[in-house]
Amino acid sequence: MVQTYSENAVLPGRGVPIPFDGLTTQLAEMLELPATDVQNAFWTMAVGALCAVCCSLSGCFLVLRRISLLGDALSHSVLAGTAGVYLVTGRVDPVPMLLGAMAAGMVTAVMTQFVHKAAQLPEDSSIGIVFTSLFAFGVVVVSQAKHVHLDLDCVLFGDLAFAGVNLHPVFGWLVPESFRSLVPTLMITLLLLAVFWKELRLTSFDPTLAVTLGFSATVMHYLLTTVVAIVTVSAMEVVGLLVVALLIVPAAIARLLTDRLSTMLVLSCLIGISCTTIGYLLALRWNSSAAGLTAVVAGAELLIAIVVSPRNGLLGRLIRTARLRVRICAEDVLAGLFRRQERSDAPDGLVQASVSECYALAGGGIMSMAALRWLLSRQLLQQAGSVMSLSETGLRYARSMVRSHRLWEAYLKENFNLPPDHLHDPAEDMEHFIGPGVQQQITEDLSQSAEDPHGRAIPDVKTQEVS
Amino acid sequence: MFITQTQIVLTGTLLLGIAAGMVGTFAVLRRRALAGDVVAHAALPGLCLAFLAFQSRSIIVLLSGALLSGLLGAVTVSMLKRFTRLRDDAVQGIVLSVFYGGGIALTRSIQNTHRNDSGADLESFIVGQAATMLKGDVQQIAVVVAVTVIIVVMLFKELKLLSFDEQFCQVQGWSATGLDVLLMLLTAVIVVVGLPAVGVVLTAALLIIPPAAARFWSDRLSRMMMIACVIGGISGVTGTLLSARYDGLPTGPLIVLTSTAIFVLSWVLAPHRGLLWKSREVTDLESFLPWVESDAAEPPAPTTSGSPGSAQEIS
Repeated sequence: MVQTYSENAVLPGRGVPIPFDGLTTQLAEMLELPATDVQNAFWTMAVGALCAVCCSLSGCFLVLRRISLLGDALSHSVLAGTAGVYLVTGRVDPVPMLLGAMAAGMVTAVMTQFVHKAAQLPEDSSIGIVFTSLFAFGVVVVSQAKHVHLDLDCVLFGDLAFAGVNLHPVFGWLVPESFRSLVPTLMITLLLLAVFWKELRLTSFDPTLAVTLGFSATVMHYLLTTVVAIVTVSAMEVVGLLVVALLIVPAAIARLLTDRLSTMLVLSCLIGISCTTIGYLLALRWNSSAAGLTAVVAGAELLIAIVVSPRNGLLGRLIRTARLRVRICAEDVLAGLFRRQERSDAPDGLVQASVSECYALAGGGIMSMAALRWLLSRQLLQQAGSVMSLSETGLRYARSMVRSHRLWEAYLKENFNLPPDHLHDPAEDMEHFIGPGVQQQITEDLSQSAEDPHGRAIPDVKTQEVS
Repeated sequence: MFITQTQIVLTGTLLLGIAAGMVGTFAVLRRRALAGDVVAHAALPGLCLAFLAFQSRSIIVLLSGALLSGLLGAVTVSMLKRFTRLRDDAVQGIVLSVFYGGGIALTRSIQNTHRNDSGADLESFIVGQAATMLKGDVQQIAVVVAVTVIIVVMLFKELKLLSFDEQFCQVQGWSATGLDVLLMLLTAVIVVVGLPAVGVVLTAALLIIPPAAARFWSDRLSRMMMIACVIGGISGVTGTLLSARYDGLPTGPLIVLTSTAIFVLSWVLAPHRGLLWKSREVTDLESFLPWVESDAAEPPAPTTSGSPGSAQEIS
């Protein structure tokens, strides 16, 4: 594949200027590479990026509307469309082929709905029936059309690697051939977004509301399907069947990272561009398929997003859970020390406990070590040698904890009339989640808030900055 | 005994069609039709890795790799569904395209490095090449199909329960998850066995179309499954014969197109659920309509009967 760069189709002698020619030449000098190689790489990445933007923009709506597999089905049926046009006309002209492919896309979208509704089959089965049949038809026709250029390999694998090689003059500039279909496609996609932004958003998130407000969800569905068909057809030339990866994966990653539609669209475009660019560079490095590696890079980015995504990421969730556990262990230590002080003879003096006792109060384990450090760093506990004691702020914090605990016990007793031995455990859980506001509310609700059901005094919190 | 190549291929596709119809019945009923598609696409990288690791084109090595990565794909689907907020369809699309992309990348680099020996063979797995089936391949298919049939027949009652009432199945003490995994395993095995003949892209059709066609003919699971097996077998045989008769036509797509034709025929002809039957019902209804209309029109008739003359006078 790489060796074809030397025999590439760029004809610089024609006098047609190439955009960014100076830039790529400069870059080539900097990297000490042949100028044509850098130029090819630059244009290939540009084609890939354009492709990614078209796919991501429409893909976001596929993912939001839960019809991602329609994108898969469309990419398969495109072959049938071009094959059908070949059967009828016997030639391979780009424009009729494009129209045929679009028609096949529409037929797929309509047929899946028709088979689903009229034949009363589940939707996934109807998608499976329609696209496999159309694809099979396409393969049969293509296998008979060996004497003309109808390339099954191109459909199956795409040829992103060559996209920057075939430059053609358009409006006085020499740009990649795929631009002729990709730029109009991008225009159409942007036009759809600009004109039907409100309707698309509404029908994607709340189709029922959209229908009651008088927007037809069906019309939007078919409009979107048409645009996806156009996008699929023009992107297929470049990435083949793997267009589905560009449609779905960047949109899905963006969905994991944000809850805003506009942010999601921008993010998915950026992610798509990074996928095609990195995929192409890896393909150069490993001498492999650019489209395939684009999909693999997209999958890797998805994994990263799943792990590190700020709100829903596995890592974030893990850290939040760990923090909560540390806080709960620490609060158990504080409450335990406070109870010990209550039981002791000198209620005013600050109670002391050894490090190992505090460790045991926290429940043991790694979390308890972290909890003790958490307490010390916040100066809720003071350490003198191996002896720990509550600080002034720690005492206030602990009093608030025990107050929450006992208020909750009293609340359960009064409102649900639970037996006394059923009160401690729920209160032990709840005490960590009752702030000053809830304390106040419970106090107002209770008939008396001086004693808990076990007869112990509910400590009063005069200063409530710490909770 | 002398066996021609066509007979070998015929046996293979026949067995494949039968087994796929059997397992596909449950897949369609459990709305898992596209799971087979995901497994088939996910099998491609495993196939390539097995080739790279063992440098062998033995079908059993390649298919073991394919089965492993296909199952990995299925597991990834359920993991993604569980740990992210992505929907079913997006998850399937993601796994399918990413694994397939990996497979394509591996195939390409294998083809580029082993240009002369066997790279092209791996590419034949993408759209399938039944014509090159060997006697050994068919024997292996036969063993797999036999095991599948035995498992399905032995667990028929349980699988039936799972397909129609999962909760009741669990209440009865059957592990729905276990049966589900078993079904997934059977689907994966059949898909992988079908890969050499029908290819990554079209194997799903073998699982979906014959059961969907059989659905028109019967409401009983056992009958539907048998019909699906018959349709699968007929498609396999007809597709193979067509491709043998007209040289150069690929077998896999022809098998799929045959089953599609049977699907359309069933849709039109089948009793009770077919289009013809339904249109007859509609004509029957129309023949009822005058009677229905006259029935509805009779009550007001006495009131208007008094003044037909006056109405005519006015006009």
